[in-house]
Amino acid sequence: MKNKKTLWMLLTGLLIGAIAVVLVAFGNPKNMGFCIACFIRDTAGGLGMHRAAIVQYIRPEIIGLVLGALIMAVASKEFRAQGGSSPVTRFVLGMFVMVGALMFLGCPLRMVLRIAGGDLNAVVGLVGFVGGILLGILCLNKGFSLRRTYEQSPLEGGMISVVHVVFLVLLVAAPSFILFSTEGPGSMHAPIALSLVAGLVVGALAQKTRLCMVGGIRDAVLFRDFYLLWGFIAILVAALIGNLVTGNFTLSFAGQPVAHTDGLWNALGMVLTGFASVLLGGCPLRQLILAGSGNSDSAVTVLGMLVGAAVCHNFSLASSADGPTANGKIAVIVGLVVVAAIALLNIQKQRKTGKN
Amino acid sequence: MAENNRVVDARGRSCPEPVLMTKKALAQQSGRLQVLVDNQVAVDNITRFAQNKGLAVRVENKGSDFQLTIG
Repeated sequence: MKNKKTLWMLLTGLLIGAIAVVLVAFGNPKNMGFCIACFIRDTAGGLGMHRAAIVQYIRPEIIGLVLGALIMAVASKEFRAQGGSSPVTRFVLGMFVMVGALMFLGCPLRMVLRIAGGDLNAVVGLVGFVGGILLGILCLNKGFSLRRTYEQSPLEGGMISVVHVVFLVLLVAAPSFILFSTEGPGSMHAPIALSLVAGLVVGALAQKTRLCMVGGIRDAVLFRDFYLLWGFIAILVAALIGNLVTGNFTLSFAGQPVAHTDGLWNALGMVLTGFASVLLGGCPLRQLILAGSGNSDSAVTVLGMLVGAAVCHNFSLASSADGPTANGKIAVIVGLVVVAAIALLNIQKQRKTGKN
Repeated sequence: MAENNRVVDARGRSCPEPVLMTKKALAQQSGRLQVLVDNQVAVDNITRFAQNKGLAVRVENKGSDFQLTIG
């Protein structure tokens, strides 16, 4: 059974890597077949929550990921409405996950896809990401917990999915208050139906396999359990092969699509994202999947990322191809301090194992 | 439940906490351990963790919760 699950994970990773390459071939920005941070940022822009004209588009991939996870969770009787584990703290952590990701210009999943495209800046990001995860693991080992969840109503568990159905309606109906980039990354996208189906398929598979970029490294370090890491590696392999076949592989630091070459801040951005994600229990992709599966804490985290994305652009925190901004650097440092404080203040006293 | 069975109540805990709690309990002393969890992800993760350590795991449904017996 164990080997069968690992096989599923490998196939899921390979498929996600391949789908990412296909989405780029059909119009998504390069090395951005999937990017949870970028796509939530674009969605925030499409909804008019920020006014960065080049990154406004309600991304169907995000909608598909949430709804794909919902469908798979319901089909496998795993849909459980749960929540109440420090929701506001999770909202804040979600915001800072976004601050870090938009400093680096990508979530952990896009980091893998960038490496697969030959972007060496993403290797620097990976070093920072591992560092952030190790910080988080230190806190977990000391007894960090955002405390327990409680059962919620099915409506509460399904509410984030309803919100994403509304996003889909807004995208398709395209009323005048919904914004669409006419240039820049936000204007580059695969057809809506293709993006939506890609999201649905990946969402369902990620729900089934529990794929998580943060969990992969975390579990390997904490438990010597490499199950989740195989997904990470399979995505890398499939996207690398896909990029080589489609001629989208260029090994360099300079001139990479939607990326900058400031190594220190690429690394520090991913330290922040990795650290905050471990405290949240999973990477941005995993938060979307858990949200679709009924976890309202993850739904709150997703909303935190959405607001965080808007803040990043309204306050000029997000990097561009020209590099990081001064405001962004301050925000990453503030983020590291805030996340460290949240980590330390939530270290619970060790509880003895009870006897019955 | 048998008298000397140790019980870890990890209900409501999000991963990786249930696995960490199991790991710590197993490190404290050997013998049979029971773990209560309330979601399938925790069941899968604890099962994988125990099996990687060469321990047997039995899973029982207890209403909407799950009881894992390790060792």
